[in-house]
Amino acid sequence: MKKTTFLGTVAAAAMVAGVAGAGTLDDIKAKGFLQCGVSTGLVGFAAADANGNWGGFDVAVCRAVAAAVLGDAQAVKFTPTTGKTRFTALASGEVDMLARNTTWTFTRDVDLKFTFVGVNYYDGQGFMAPKSLGVTSAKDLDGATICIQTGTTTELNLADYFRSNNISYEPVPVETNSEAQQQYLSGACDVLTTDASGLAATRATFEKPGDHVVLPEIISKEPLGPLVRHGDDNWADVVRWTLNALIAAEELGVTSANVSEMGMKAGNNPEINRLLGTEGGLGEKLGLSNDWAKNAIAAVGNYGEIFEKNIGENTPIGLSRGLNAQWTNGGLIYTPPFR
Amino acid sequence: MSAITDPPKGGFHLSMLIYDSRYRSMTIQIVTLMLFMLGVAWLINNAAENLARLGKPLSFGFLWEPAGYDINQKLIEYNSQMSNARAALVGLLNTLLVAALGCITATILGVTIGVLRLSNNWLVARLMTVYVETIRNVPVLLWIALTMAAIIHSLPQPKAFRGDNATASMIGDAVAITNRGVYIPKPVLHDGSLIVIGVFLLSIVAMFVFGKWAKAHQAATGQILPTFWIKLGIFFVPAILTFFVMGNPITLEYPALKGFNFKGGFHIRNSLIALWLALSLYTAAFIAEAVRAGIMAVSKGQSEAAAALGLRSSWTMNLIVLPQALRVIMPPMISQFLNLTKNSSLAIAVGYMDITGTLGGITLNQTGREMECILLLMLCYLIISLIVSSVMNWYNNSVKLKER
Repeated sequence: MKKTTFLGTVAAAAMVAGVAGAGTLDDIKAKGFLQCGVSTGLVGFAAADANGNWGGFDVAVCRAVAAAVLGDAQAVKFTPTTGKTRFTALASGEVDMLARNTTWTFTRDVDLKFTFVGVNYYDGQGFMAPKSLGVTSAKDLDGATICIQTGTTTELNLADYFRSNNISYEPVPVETNSEAQQQYLSGACDVLTTDASGLAATRATFEKPGDHVVLPEIISKEPLGPLVRHGDDNWADVVRWTLNALIAAEELGVTSANVSEMGMKAGNNPEINRLLGTEGGLGEKLGLSNDWAKNAIAAVGNYGEIFEKNIGENTPIGLSRGLNAQWTNGGLIYTPPFR
Repeated sequence: MSAITDPPKGGFHLSMLIYDSRYRSMTIQIVTLMLFMLGVAWLINNAAENLARLGKPLSFGFLWEPAGYDINQKLIEYNSQMSNARAALVGLLNTLLVAALGCITATILGVTIGVLRLSNNWLVARLMTVYVETIRNVPVLLWIALTMAAIIHSLPQPKAFRGDNATASMIGDAVAITNRGVYIPKPVLHDGSLIVIGVFLLSIVAMFVFGKWAKAHQAATGQILPTFWIKLGIFFVPAILTFFVMGNPITLEYPALKGFNFKGGFHIRNSLIALWLALSLYTAAFIAEAVRAGIMAVSKGQSEAAAALGLRSSWTMNLIVLPQALRVIMPPMISQFLNLTKNSSLAIAVGYMDITGTLGGITLNQTGREMECILLLMLCYLIISLIVSSVMNWYNNSVKLKER
């Protein structure tokens, strides 16, 4: 009797586990909102304003996916995650997707079982130091105290870089970006290191940004992008092609201003027609409505618009497109065709 | 013998398990236990099932892979090419270091505050009450964060020591107090230093042997020796004599400002100081209460009797009150030591790399082995706590009332 009860329990447990793993897309449609993991606050990428509304470069990806799936860019609940908690949050199903300056690496893709659906920002790790320190190169940093956010690729890059250049340093691990900022500004560490975009975003919030200099060395490749769990390819496709739609829209000249007009009826460009759902049925194949991409672009704009609005040269963060220009302009931003 | 009645005859029926009061409680207990075990089995099975479904079955192989990250405070040799297990060990030693330092400081502070709270001096007693009530009624995490913030923002940066118009200066050219920590001179051992250390250790042993002998001597003859001064002499004189006879074999390496930071000497990091200080101050408030309770538990008649015998008040405290108070103080004290050790896992708040920071923090995050890391971490804390409590229980047994 004891044994059968046990087996019954095992079977029940397996069934519960099975039910929980049903399609993420259906789950989201059923609950009516998207649960998106973002950072705890990095101006320009993901930060809540005074009214508690989230905005930023990464947040825009979440909103675009929500618009594509549910037709409403506001139907997103944001879960702030630290460098340490983000993967657990995603793996455990607490969030449906993660858009949090996360570097696409082999280990995370293969060993941690995540699917990176693309790259929305090509970045690299840099260093920031006060001008008064008189440092011009990362190679001058022998013996420096360096603040790093724990649980990031930064930590490993830093160890590798200093070891291969045979210079010493003192790491000061901190949990969040705001703690790092506090320690750096009070002089408890000489140098702050993280992705170059993050440094620019952090510096923009300083009282005197001009007193700090970002060193020329970029010591790593950090392709940042949204990611989902392994095991639900359909959901991964939805997120991947929503991101691609934003990129394609910029390439094809579709903006938040002209998308409703262009999406009314089929035009001359067949690729725009397929993207906006006036021709073919790409949206249905994803399990969405045919105007999914139109909704996403109307809600947040195309890739270029998102970039300029949140982190571009006219914002306090002031990042130039650089590697993140369209491939037609000599950058790396490139989407497979909508066909 | 024949008076014992025979056990009731007749066969054993299954229904007796419920209806017979001799077996009923046993039946209920066994059923409850079985249900409990089934519940636990279900939880474990569910976790294993879900992990397997995520493609991450339990495996501890990651422990032997290179960790890849650096740790600032290391008591043993470590670099980023060593294994995750080694990094965990570095973290474990850091946990033990802050726990040991914290326990010692908290005891000294706690006993002092507890005794002072019973002082007849109104001001001192009230001050101690305020201390105890403020400290123990605010979460320890906030104290840790506050201490760290105080260190970072109020102490001078290393660059304040630089140049002709430096705003900060070292204490006696030997100790530098900065917002990155305190730099103190480090002893450097030369030839012959081992002999000095050996003599020093021997004199400590001699000190204890003398103490025992003095006690026996007093018990036998009633003669009281000035043990404190003699012990002090045994402690210092031989070691200092050998030091000079061997020709100063131990020198000091002083910290000096070089490049970005002070170099040389010992660096006691701000994170260690903040954590140590906050944990000690916090736990001391609880220990103070335990000490006060212990002293108040000794009946007044005891000290009055001692006074009637003509004992001095210091003797009354040391020979009559404290030995009896210890019996009451020890059990709550043990749990305070355990609390301090476990509270040290809040170290990440100040970036102190204890075992929660290494194994449960960076290693967990970089390898993605949450289940394994957390299980190992729990095991580590469990073992540390069991060791602390068994040592303290042994001590408790040696001071508790001997009942024969």
